Amino acid sequence: MTDTPTVYRPEALVADDIDAYLDTHQHKSMLRFITCGSVDDGKSTLIGRLLYDSKMIFEDQLAALENDSKVSGTQGDAIDFALLVDGLAAEREQGITIDVAYRFFATEKRKFIVADTPGHEQYTRNMATGASTADLAVILIDARKGVLTQTRRHSYLAHLLGIRHIVLAVNKMDLIGYDQAQYDAIVADYTAFANSIGIAEFTAVPISGLAGDNIASKSSDTPWYDGATLIEHLETVEISVDARQQGAFRMPVQWVNRPNLDFRGFAGQIASGTVKPGDKVRILPSGKTATIGRIVTFDGDLDQAVAGQSVTLTFNEEVDCSHGDVIAAADNPSGTADQFETSIVWMDEAPLLPGRAYVMKLGTQTVSATVATPKYQVNVNTMEQMAAKSLELNSIGVAEITTDRRIAFEPYNDGMNGGRDLGGFILVDKLTNATVAAGMINFALRRSQNVHWQNVDITREAHAAQKNQRPRLLWFTGLSGSGKSTIANLVEKRLHAEGKHSFLLDGDNVRHGLNKDLGFTDTDRVENIRRISEVAKLMTDAGLIVLTAFISPFRAERKIARDLMADGEFFEIHVDTPLSVAEERDVKGLYKKARSGELQNFTGIDSPYEAPENPEIHIDTTAMSAEEAAEMIVDHILGNGAAQ
Amino acid sequence: MTTLTHLQRLEAEAIHIMREVVAETEKPVMLYSVGKDSSVMLHIARKAFYPAPPPFPFLHIASGWDFQALLDHRDRTAKEYDLELLVEHNDDGAAAGINPFDTGSSLYSQTMLTDPLKAALTRYGFDAAFGGGRRDEEKARAKERIFSFRSASHRWDPKNQRPELWKLYNARKNKGESIRIFPLSNWTELDIWQYILLENIDIVPLYYSAPRPTVERDGQLLVIDDDRFRLEDGEHSVERSVRFRTLGCYPLTGATESEADDLPAIIQEMLLATSSERQGRAIDKGQGASMEAKKQEGYF
Repeated sequence: MTDTPTVYRPEALVADDIDAYLDTHQHKSMLRFITCGSVDDGKSTLIGRLLYDSKMIFEDQLAALENDSKVSGTQGDAIDFALLVDGLAAEREQGITIDVAYRFFATEKRKFIVADTPGHEQYTRNMATGASTADLAVILIDARKGVLTQTRRHSYLAHLLGIRHIVLAVNKMDLIGYDQAQYDAIVADYTAFANSIGIAEFTAVPISGLAGDNIASKSSDTPWYDGATLIEHLETVEISVDARQQGAFRMPVQWVNRPNLDFRGFAGQIASGTVKPGDKVRILPSGKTATIGRIVTFDGDLDQAVAGQSVTLTFNEEVDCSHGDVIAAADNPSGTADQFETSIVWMDEAPLLPGRAYVMKLGTQTVSATVATPKYQVNVNTMEQMAAKSLELNSIGVAEITTDRRIAFEPYNDGMNGGRDLGGFILVDKLTNATVAAGMINFALRRSQNVHWQNVDITREAHAAQKNQRPRLLWFTGLSGSGKSTIANLVEKRLHAEGKHSFLLDGDNVRHGLNKDLGFTDTDRVENIRRISEVAKLMTDAGLIVLTAFISPFRAERKIARDLMADGEFFEIHVDTPLSVAEERDVKGLYKKARSGELQNFTGIDSPYEAPENPEIHIDTTAMSAEEAAEMIVDHILGNGAAQ
Repeated sequence: MTTLTHLQRLEAEAIHIMREVVAETEKPVMLYSVGKDSSVMLHIARKAFYPAPPPFPFLHIASGWDFQALLDHRDRTAKEYDLELLVEHNDDGAAAGINPFDTGSSLYSQTMLTDPLKAALTRYGFDAAFGGGRRDEEKARAKERIFSFRSASHRWDPKNQRPELWKLYNARKNKGESIRIFPLSNWTELDIWQYILLENIDIVPLYYSAPRPTVERDGQLLVIDDDRFRLEDGEHSVERSVRFRTLGCYPLTGATESEADDLPAIIQEMLLATSSERQGRAIDKGQGASMEAKKQEGYF
């Protein structure tokens, strides 16, 4: 039950004085928040209630809602607010929210954007998504159930994503008879947990989304509660983008504006601080300095711009500055580094592959980055740190990341100095282009701390360990025109995409240099293969995965190569194409020349091909495409732990 | 401390999004329906790249049943701001006799709106297209990303959307795939109107009330925009003071009776209205999830 509502009633003002109303609305600020809780905690109902109480539901929607409520609602003939919010068809059938939905409502003081994030355990990534843009998190608890595993998970995630304002909404108070003792017990329970994970402050409110208690107006059923209603609280908490104006100036450059030779401007959205013409700035990562000339906007030049504004800056000097650079206060610039300790939320079905190269996007910078084996994974139920070799979908861990060049950054938790814009990043899979992870920079690793000089020779193992792989020799053999080079090339591309260090030796790069003194007699063929084997061996000593693509028709020479390598490092790959098929393809016209006698000693025609008896991998090119073959080989090489 | 208003923040966000698209895609285009949301998008695009002009063309899908006032506004705007305007029309569909009177609304919109849109995107090779969609319009849109991926056949897969964190947009894609970008995702209808008022943006006069020839059909007030409009038995043209909250093909877009002939009056009426914006469009009727189905097929 609620007292006389203090609900926002804009109709009167709208009807009486539209200009006054518009003036009020025009000066509203904006707060973004997320709601999270377990399935059935009543998130959707709460949001539906907020929309309803702030008059954001139109009559036709209300009519549809009443109709829907009768058909598929869970509240009998009463309005099921959850139906207003649950969006996609599949979700409606399941009755659970499975993605992030954004909702809008306004009160007299503020406009709100609500991210409705799912409570279902397997959808942590959506919660992280919603939390990344939020100023505040509303953590819902079912008063009958108290603090659950999901409550801990969501609180931890909200805290991890740097949300400073946490509201504990103890919902369904009507179902426990508005009992203060039970409420206090829940709050005490949550306080203990919150403190243990570093949440210093939170605001608890006893509510009922269904009945409307303490949402927009004070409930007469909770006389023991003297705090603000949920809406009052949302209307008064600090907005983080405004607070960031107090920090040091940072602006990632999105785009260089060059409409003509006389104008060169740098467009971006200010991450923190303020900027004025005449300010000294430093361009990162280069470190060059410049002076702000103008702050250019469509509405005229500005005397000052602040965090959150999208502007175009010009410099008084001719200085190199491009997309991806960061313009920062000269006397207090961001750091630059290429190795970081990071917290990572894994968001893809395919788990993290340590050592693999991913695309990393941070601010407007895009670089290639490799993630080391995680230091640990966090059990989000117990907050325990557990050993981990990888990270799976919805798991959270701490791992070091190395980028292929220095980038400008801020520690994520340094929100005042642009930490959210310059410390939060995503990782993208190079093959599928999927966003596979979100991460937050904890701190940069200093080179001096990170490189341990050891008084030992750099061994074969050290070379390989540095590349996070084990050396391999992939020996492709098969008739001329069987597809060896094509497949070997595809395999190398995939290895490269996986962040592996490899090298392909084939006729093109060997015959023209190292072996240009050799012809095609049997003796020369053997010497050719011997030299190739030795070069391949040296390259594996350097830690590489070496691929060779030569006909190499004789078993004996292939055995020489095999014997040079340690057990388990040599992979003989028979690219098996019947002579008739290879001859029919005859890509280079060689078979034709051999048949006409123009070419002597041609394998398969007048020189034998000794097929491998027990190759590590057998490829039947009549049964699979080159791409399929390459995939099979890479799976085989990496899948049995070989290159890891 | 300067507190940015919500409109300033929404504008800054939209500018950020537009610049990201220009920096990270190869060949963007802005879908220009000439409606109020498009007008806001165009205005922000002029701001985002100032003093350069918007570095992409503007594409209008003309169904052939567009309001004449809308076409006039389109051409005048393109000329005034020196825009590269592309107009796409399904000639084959028109020749086959597809029209809003005889063809079902679903087939009609597929043939005269969705198909030519897909055809134009493919033919020009655009890999990114800005749309004016807002999350407050419809439940399916509330969950769509700001950068929304489309397969090579322009389909949307709501189950397989990329997570969007902070303001980091992953614009990487394979050949043939494209992105639809919604810079106004976080705006509400009120925000749009208020911004138009504040920025003094020129919009199609059909949004303002004026005496227009109308006919009442299936509970909707239709405006007789040209002599192709077929009156059915018992119907006759009546002059009424009407305006539009949304602009589609004229035989399918319902007008509302109104005296609101300036922006404050329109906003006042909108705020006191009892039916949500899209109710005027026949295309959205039918079962609740129909917009989601249309989006999967490539409707914007």
